[in-house]
Amino acid sequence: MGAPRTGTGTLKRGNRGRLPDVPETPPHFDGGGVSSTLYLLRLVRTVMSWLSKVRNSLSSLSKRDTPDTLWMKCPSCGEMLFAKDFEANLSVCPKCEHHGRIGTQARFDQLLDAGYTVLATPKVPENPLNFRDTKKYPDRLKAARAANPFPDALTNALGTIEGAKAVLGVQDFKFMGGSMGMAVGEAFVAGAERAIAEKCAYIILTAAGGARMQEGILSLMQMPKTTVATRRLAAAGLPYIVVLTDPTTGGVTASYAMLGDVQIAEPGALIGFAGQRVIQDTIREKLPDGFQRAEYLHAHGMVDMVVHRKDLKGTLATLLGYLARKEVA
Amino acid sequence: MISFLDFEKPIAELEARIAELRATANGSELDIESEIDKLAKKSAAMLAATYAKLTPWQKTQVARHPQRPHFLDYIRLVFTDFVPLAGDRVYGEDAAIVGGLATLDGRKVMVIGHEKGHDTPSRIKHNFGSAKPEGYRKAIRLMEMAAKFGLPVVTLVDTAGAFPGVEAEERGQAEAIARSTEACLALKVPMVAAILGEGGSGGAIAIAAANKVLMLEHAIYSVISPEGASSILWRTPDKAADAATAMKVTAQDLLSLGVIDGVVAEPVGGAHRDPAAAARALADAIGRELAALVVRTPAELVQQREERFLAIGSL
Ligand SMILES: [Zn+2]
Repeated sequence: MGAPRTGTGTLKRGNRGRLPDVPETPPHFDGGGVSSTLYLLRLVRTVMSWLSKVRNSLSSLSKRDTPDTLWMKCPSCGEMLFAKDFEANLSVCPKCEHHGRIGTQARFDQLLDAGYTVLATPKVPENPLNFRDTKKYPDRLKAARAANPFPDALTNALGTIEGAKAVLGVQDFKFMGGSMGMAVGEAFVAGAERAIAEKCAYIILTAAGGARMQEGILSLMQMPKTTVATRRLAAAGLPYIVVLTDPTTGGVTASYAMLGDVQIAEPGALIGFAGQRVIQDTIREKLPDGFQRAEYLHAHGMVDMVVHRKDLKGTLATLLGYLARKEVA
Repeated sequence: MISFLDFEKPIAELEARIAELRATANGSELDIESEIDKLAKKSAAMLAATYAKLTPWQKTQVARHPQRPHFLDYIRLVFTDFVPLAGDRVYGEDAAIVGGLATLDGRKVMVIGHEKGHDTPSRIKHNFGSAKPEGYRKAIRLMEMAAKFGLPVVTLVDTAGAFPGVEAEERGQAEAIARSTEACLALKVPMVAAILGEGGSGGAIAIAAANKVLMLEHAIYSVISPEGASSILWRTPDKAADAATAMKVTAQDLLSLGVIDGVVAEPVGGAHRDPAAAARALADAIGRELAALVVRTPAELVQQREERFLAIGSL
């Protein structure tokens, strides 16, 4: 994990493996848990604190456009960084190598050769449950769309990586926590299908707190739905490569994010099924150092490699060189 | 003794009154007998009326009722010649998911499902029905064995969710669930899933990506518990009832959304009031689905299952 992280935020109870500003997984987007009243009460507290942390984190790393925020503080080591330098360094802190969260467009630019095509996001039924909590779901969607360049949390582009053709899907945590609803499921299927039509690899960069609760059971159904798509890629003999980025949790992890032919993770990324607080409340002891981080998953055999962002494009190109379908003479 | 839920209080009071009268009426006091009869009819009518219009939150409580029949009850009541099969051949045996060879009304099947347990020792043994990776990996092993020997797969789903623990994460809970879902989709034999009580998110779908999905009348199926949704979306624990309604967790809602294929009627007052009748109805419903599926070719079965899930969320 590199140097111990001593961020400036509210560092929690000496858990040094955890970034202060990175929200935990929503405790159970995947409903994991035993049903006791005590458990539920603890859960509520967990969730409340998670929510406030999400709010904080959403603004922590994003560069604001006003001149007085030309400088930013690395959320991991606290180093003051010139925002432009940070971006030029692929949003990786030059001092501590903390990998910041980055948007879809930046990912496309970093990984694809010039001249790629962004693919249209498929349309899906909007608000089929007619859902409202404290706000109407369409209002939440509208706000997310106003704040983001793409219409939902997963966007595909068709292009080349050092000359090798690929469809690249990027999930954006800034769009409603990257959550998987029907739009994400349908975009994933469309990306895989396009790769099959183009006879090329499908590469997905995952980032999500889990399922989109405002779509209820329909979001859960995206787990088998996206798995149909990974099976079809396999049947076509095409590579399916997963790059797990910070954070990837819940139902996304428990479906397409764990089914890659090759599993890559970005350094320090939080990757898991259940939320850390839920787990802590269940086992009532301190979590192991670096728990659910990329390096921990690597040590436990769940990912093939942890790759620094500066090496990601080259790694993908090398993999495509080995795995991409050979044209039959 | 049936334990009553909060919303059954008026019924519980009537039943208590009836029991009281019965205790005093020894022999031929006609007045008391007719009074008991009247109250019993009233109680039955009240029970039927209450259960005919349960709210989603009330259904959640029925689905979690401690006396609700679970996997092993259904095995005992309607399956015969059950041969339990244990272990994932990788790490261990997880009793939160039970599976094995069984016969259902003369048809040989592989049956797999969550078992919650019915008292403290059995709940601990079965980890309250919350499975670990080895549970899902056992399910995968049994599904693949079923396909090898041409046995249809029947899954009975009843879990609050997959187990959230360090060891579960460390052994790849997410990967195990993803692979189990994939194994369902790959099956070249018929697969029917039935949600018995709680269909809790990823821990449920891992063994429910079937050709046909049934739900008991008062079961619930959701991406997150109503309590969890209340906390996250409303930021208070008090909105679980609203969350249950908003998320559309009931069998009736899910049938209209096209997520499930059929609702299996429960005895009046819920499956726990007559487990044998509930099990009979479930066996009949599963049998009907299997009969329609066994005539299909392996390719048709895979395709129907794929199309079923691809269609959810498409325009
Ligand atoms: Zn730093």
